[in-house]
Amino acid sequence: MQKRRKLGRGVAVVGAGMSKFGMFKDKDSKDLFAEAFTEMLSSVDKGADPNDIDALYLGNFTNDFFMHQGHWGPIISDLIGLAPKPATRTEGACASSALAFREGVFAIASGFYDVVLVGGVEEMSKRTTEEVTEGLALATVPYEGKVGFTFPGVFGALATAYFERYGATREHLMNVTIKSHNNARLNSKAQFNLSIRDLMNSRIERAKKKGEPVPTWADEKDFLRDLRANPVIAWPMHLYDCCPISDGAACILLVAEEIAKNFTDNPLYVAGIGQGSGRGLHAAEDITYFEATRYAAQEAYGMSGLKPEDIQFSEVHDCFSMAEIVHLEDLGFFKPGEGYKAVEEGLTRLDGPKPINTSGGLKCKGHPVGATGASQLYEVWKQLRVEAGERQVPIKDLRVGAAHNLGGTGGTCTFTILERR
Amino acid sequence: MAYEKPLPQPNADTRPFWDGCKEHQLRFQKCRDCGHVRWPPSIICPRCYSSEVEWMVASGEGKVYTFVVYHYAYHKAFENDLPYITAIVELEEGPHILTNIVGCSSDEVRCDMPVKVAWEDVTEEFSLPKFKPAQND
Ligand SMILES: [Zn+2]
Repeated sequence: MQKRRKLGRGVAVVGAGMSKFGMFKDKDSKDLFAEAFTEMLSSVDKGADPNDIDALYLGNFTNDFFMHQGHWGPIISDLIGLAPKPATRTEGACASSALAFREGVFAIASGFYDVVLVGGVEEMSKRTTEEVTEGLALATVPYEGKVGFTFPGVFGALATAYFERYGATREHLMNVTIKSHNNARLNSKAQFNLSIRDLMNSRIERAKKKGEPVPTWADEKDFLRDLRANPVIAWPMHLYDCCPISDGAACILLVAEEIAKNFTDNPLYVAGIGQGSGRGLHAAEDITYFEATRYAAQEAYGMSGLKPEDIQFSEVHDCFSMAEIVHLEDLGFFKPGEGYKAVEEGLTRLDGPKPINTSGGLKCKGHPVGATGASQLYEVWKQLRVEAGERQVPIKDLRVGAAHNLGGTGGTCTFTILERR
Repeated sequence: MAYEKPLPQPNADTRPFWDGCKEHQLRFQKCRDCGHVRWPPSIICPRCYSSEVEWMVASGEGKVYTFVVYHYAYHKAFENDLPYITAIVELEEGPHILTNIVGCSSDEVRCDMPVKVAWEDVTEEFSLPKFKPAQND
């Protein structure tokens, strides 16, 4: 049983912004962060004076490797005129900006600061896929690279073990992919904002125009079964099971609970935050779940007094379709071995009882690794304030949303619960 | 032809393991104080923090815990091996080892399939532990 934790004082979210995610030849990390920061400022209902920001916590995984430039805290604080106020970079692989959020919460809860900007940025697309894969492999443990093991392989191995134990198949992974694309279609900031059906139609149109044989897919799954449309990367992971290489940034303004109403009449509150750490693949006896996620979830539930059934919707770290299913189980939304059935039954769709990854998730919204955690919380902000537009979850009395972020091969996992009061 | 895949970079902790491989022995650390078998090698026991250690030799037998079949090479040197099988093998002695399955096609590999070590002498200095189906002798 974990110790039950609480914050020294309450912390509220009063603003959030994110850049469009995608592959941008003409935008660098500073441009992307500026885009997120500008939206964040305009999202604060009663306005925020940047001079009131006490400190910046910035998540970034590996711009050192991708851009040959480290030390991003002060670069970004200079960009947005915060210098000489303190800027601290946090690194937790793909969970880097969830850690920035957490550090910002602690800094306010301790009473030291009142207003803190947290966020993340990553610029990946100016490297080749091989270079990015090598860069991301920095987040695996040293032994995982030498036998030709990379992220698609890690999650492929997880899928093989999960299939063996619970009887799920590739067809079940397709349900996740189709749902993610359907949600991303409604998100203009998503890297792939189109459904699988849209993709099929555009391929058919293209074939017709070029006078090539016109594909005859019966439905979305038929398209995903077609090895020419959806080639194998690392069986059982196919192309459409994997998230893309992305550039992007996101940020969030945190303030002490007692001053939240100076910024907005509609703040969100940090109800629970949890973080866990995990071991390499070789050290886990069972790779069909993530110990670090379970630990993080327990911590966040314990702190908030909430249960999995109280979470009305959630973003989860779907770097691969298989990952989403496992997280649904680790977070307690469904029992172990039941996650894939829940997705198949449509329970996690936008209009289902437990909408998951309404943004399109990492798979379709994009995964600029250091910005992902903050961008998930941006989605929770949009949904809880009923500002998500076309992809707004149709839930009455919307009160509680959450985000789960995972770094590396499960080395760092976080779970954050936000609520309206 | 020169070996172009990534090679191990032994350090003080892992050198005895790679030296063992050269002699076609799979060596693991066992804590002298609490008996915990650990992998990969490290300077202290994560259970009791003792640095007293003995090296034991594994039988080289085990079973496939899980696997994945690469159809896309992330490193050029692996291109000629496609599709290649990467697996986690559960050794008889307990530890899980990341490795490649050789000596069978990707259609034949299964979870829980019994396997045994198959040494690949890749350079003067290094032999790599791969695994093949136990019945293929
Ligand atoms: Zn010990």
